[in-house]
Amino acid sequence: MSAIAKRRSRPWTFYALLALFIGYVASLYGPMLCIYVLSFQDLRGGLVFPMKGLSFHWFVDLFTQVRTGDVKGSFDRSIRLALMVTIITVIVSFLAGLGFRRRFRGDGVVFYAMIGSLVVPGLVLGIGIGLLFQFLGIQPSWSTSALGAQLSWTLPFGVLVMFAVMSRFDRRWEEAARDLGATRWQTVRLVVLPILLPGLIGVAMFGFTLSYDEFARTLQTAGSLNTLPLEIWSMTLNVTSPSLYALGTVTTVVSFLIIGLCLSLIIHIQRRRAAAGRRD
Amino acid sequence: MTGPGEAAPSRRSLMQRFASWLSIAPLVLVLVPFFVVPMLAVIAASFMESDGFGGIIFHPSLDNYKELFTSMLTMNLYLSTLKFTLLSWLFTFLIGFGVAYFLAFHVRSTLLATSLFLLCTIPFWTSNVIRMISWIPLLGQQGLVNTVLTGAHLVRQPLKFLLFSDFSVVVAYVHQLTIFMIVPIYSSLARIDKRAVEAAWDAGAGRWDILRLIILPLAKNGIALGSVFVTSIVMGDFFVVKVMSGGNSGSVVAALFENISVLQYPTAAAQAVVLMLVVLLIATVILRSVDVRREIAR
Repeated sequence: MSAIAKRRSRPWTFYALLALFIGYVASLYGPMLCIYVLSFQDLRGGLVFPMKGLSFHWFVDLFTQVRTGDVKGSFDRSIRLALMVTIITVIVSFLAGLGFRRRFRGDGVVFYAMIGSLVVPGLVLGIGIGLLFQFLGIQPSWSTSALGAQLSWTLPFGVLVMFAVMSRFDRRWEEAARDLGATRWQTVRLVVLPILLPGLIGVAMFGFTLSYDEFARTLQTAGSLNTLPLEIWSMTLNVTSPSLYALGTVTTVVSFLIIGLCLSLIIHIQRRRAAAGRRD
Repeated sequence: MTGPGEAAPSRRSLMQRFASWLSIAPLVLVLVPFFVVPMLAVIAASFMESDGFGGIIFHPSLDNYKELFTSMLTMNLYLSTLKFTLLSWLFTFLIGFGVAYFLAFHVRSTLLATSLFLLCTIPFWTSNVIRMISWIPLLGQQGLVNTVLTGAHLVRQPLKFLLFSDFSVVVAYVHQLTIFMIVPIYSSLARIDKRAVEAAWDAGAGRWDILRLIILPLAKNGIALGSVFVTSIVMGDFFVVKVMSGGNSGSVVAALFENISVLQYPTAAAQAVVLMLVVLLIATVILRSVDVRREIAR
């Protein structure tokens, strides 16, 4: 009875929170939409409204002009770095999520080291890694020192997301598999992994975002070749044309593609599970 | 004294402990070279002297710290950073909790909730820098907000406080960091058994009582995690303050960055050590109030 009554009329808090949600999403996207729109101006375009003309001029400018820097190369490096970070983050977080379920000697030390790695200011960690590489006589580069610097940021996030995912994981499923004679590896591959898969896709999305966006930790560790955020940072200092906005539009398109991919993966898994549930 | 019945479980627990360690090992193998050792390097450097050209002279002393603690500038920088941290925390919490609550309790379809949740996260797949400067065409003196306000005759001249001020710094922080509140709070709210809320409702509890006595205590872990994310990011940031205040406000890390650009590594290292202690203290206080791991380790 009460459920039906509630379904018919929403409480006032629903409308208040709906308004908050819409306001939040609008302020999230509004400014960015301005940038996307402004990136399609023609040669006369400036950094503020009103729009001047309509063309792809600044996109062409972005990838052909040398004065705006090595956008193509840094874009390429950022994607490759983000992929490396994502793969390592998913594997390491998954294993750590499994391991942290039990108390063991030294678990607190590892946990607090992880939290420390998360909360330490990125620039400070970057300096530390820079000093260390300098001391060891290794040249810092985006694929070594910057990779490590980014992992020190994405891994704590990944493990914390795994904590949240794991807390919904019923250990009896695992025990049931063992009781039915599955080996440790079979239990992980056939029971634990499939159940946690949507959560792992979430970890991967986190890993990719945080790496692709990472600025402070990468600044002192990337060596001579820039990643995309570093390239954008140097552009904000010396480029005052809409090509900066065009770059924002391009990175957003890439993001939409990756989000779309992850979302359809999760939907696909849920559909398949629902279908399997009906069959039984 | 150990009978066969007791020896078997102890061997089993040894195996389990080994398995736990083995699955934590990769995490440790990353954290040691890329967090623990670099931090020790920074701490060591903070006691050294600079040669003025980016080199470090091995001459241990407390001079860098003495200089730091006797300077009024340090106090002002920390006050400014704390002000931004508190304001950003307050707004990200209020907005983040509201949004997470809406998604967890008011959206009935899980798929719709997931989609809306993703809608909130998509902007975070773009560059922080781009997102920050996207406020410039809006808040500037010739920006959209001022154009609309003057056009509607609500204000006589363009509002100047909108951009390159403390206001725009907080706007940029809240814009970037609310998601760090939404994610952990949503994940703890989504786990609350709806029947507990229904039961309280049927037993005559008011909306406020349900929020205060059921939802907030159960969301405590998420709120604590979100707070750690937001405070540590704001305290460790220098870029937003630098760009969005137009150089009018300082922050601890901005001062530190200036010391790096003039190659004063030991001074910067000492500033870094003090800042890290402050951030770690805040994080410990927040995490002590809840046990994040309790849920999976019990």
